[in-house]
Amino acid sequence: MNNDLKKTPLSQWHAENGGKMVEYAGFEMPVQYQGVLAEHAAVRETAGIFDITHMGEIIVSGAGATSWLENLITNRIAKTEPGQITYTAMCNEAGTVLDDMLIYRLAEQNWMVVCNAANHEKIINWMQSNIIDDVELSDVSDKTALIAVQGPRSKEIVASLDALQEHYGAFTDLEFYKFITVGDWIVSRTGYTGEHGYELYIPFADALSLWKELISSGKGKGIVPVGLAARDTLRFEVGYCLYGHELSENWTPLEAGIGWAVRMKKDSFIGLDVIKGQKESGVPRRIRGFEVLPIAIGEKTRPAPIARQGCELFCGDQRAGFVTSGTKSPTTGKSLFMALVDVDFLDCDLTVDIRGKQVAVKKQKLPFIAARVKGDPAASREL
Amino acid sequence: MDLRYSKEHEWVAIDGDIATIGVTEYAAGEMGDVVFMELPEEGSDVSKGDPVGTIETVKSVEDLYCPLTGEIAEINEGVLDAPELVNQDPLEDGWLFKVKLGDPSELDSLLDASGYNELIGG
Repeated sequence: MNNDLKKTPLSQWHAENGGKMVEYAGFEMPVQYQGVLAEHAAVRETAGIFDITHMGEIIVSGAGATSWLENLITNRIAKTEPGQITYTAMCNEAGTVLDDMLIYRLAEQNWMVVCNAANHEKIINWMQSNIIDDVELSDVSDKTALIAVQGPRSKEIVASLDALQEHYGAFTDLEFYKFITVGDWIVSRTGYTGEHGYELYIPFADALSLWKELISSGKGKGIVPVGLAARDTLRFEVGYCLYGHELSENWTPLEAGIGWAVRMKKDSFIGLDVIKGQKESGVPRRIRGFEVLPIAIGEKTRPAPIARQGCELFCGDQRAGFVTSGTKSPTTGKSLFMALVDVDFLDCDLTVDIRGKQVAVKKQKLPFIAARVKGDPAASREL
Repeated sequence: MDLRYSKEHEWVAIDGDIATIGVTEYAAGEMGDVVFMELPEEGSDVSKGDPVGTIETVKSVEDLYCPLTGEIAEINEGVLDAPELVNQDPLEDGWLFKVKLGDPSELDSLLDASGYNELIGG
């Protein structure tokens, strides 16, 4: 492993506990432990714990913080209350996506922006290049650890933490996309799996003891450590966008299907004019879901091959789009993919080119399986 | 049976002029959960080093290389329908394909068990 890679306070724990460590966005991170399929299933059925310390956290404060930040993002935050979280895109002047992020309202003029590790430097530079006098930025990523606990049993596991006992009611009532502060921790009802879950922002010094406490209190409840590979398959099944896949500087948030996080009625934000223009003239491409069909060879049927990012879609001999994410979905067992498709071909019976072979595909509604982030965390899932 | 090994982490078992080929336990463990397999066509001619199929895990796609020259004598249809056999039983039920040897002298270029152990740092 490259020694220049950043470590998290948990890197050593991962390596000692079966984590297969890989380079990701400049960090040494666990891609898997016991295996992607088992880890994926644990999060859907019981609970998983993730080290996602690589995410970037930037504090925005100062008398002008709220209106300044509002001008950088597609969603609206000014009317939120402290304790609320907003999902948004941040776009450039061309109306294409620099990153997607969560924005926490810590106080009236105090915000925490949580961006993707791979875009961290780009976002910090973008914010600095747009800075004004009465706004201050503070990048706290190098001292903030982030642990996610996700799955139907996550609530009971997190609720048993010693530090939460004085905040027990506030914690158990915590709604989706809200957070509480517990000392210098932020306990957030968010996640990237489509399951009921929490993300805990904590100082580096607290990370290892908290991780161990969660693992030990979750032991009888089926908790397992989960790597980045299963994090990806989990988000994929519930249709959450991943930067570099469904989100890119090459297309707008409308094309990516996160128009719900774009407020066209805002007076201004960077990229608004272009996005508005695209909406008026018609969005040229759309993210859609598909299933690759099994292949009949003579009398036999072979399992469907997997369409990976970059595979091209065709309507007859016309190029219709390309795959943004695809895998064999662990929950459904189907070979599924998301693709950016030209709107002219949305009604065509498409094929996908997998290693030179044209394979028939069938439209599938997104999300492939429904997120169950609200309601009873232990309720069973209808597939 | 005495196994020989390729540097591409395949095991080779020889029976007369037929070589049975699969992935090593080490490789099966390192790759993670195999979810899709593509194997060569029976009867096709192959040369040593040719890509003859693919092994896909949830996250990755790896080429499968033929360690020997000859003709594909048989493929394991079982792993096409149940790719997880490659993880569960790489040395027995998870075998991949058989080659009718075209150049038996190539066997000398394969590693023995101690040579393979050295390769994987064992």
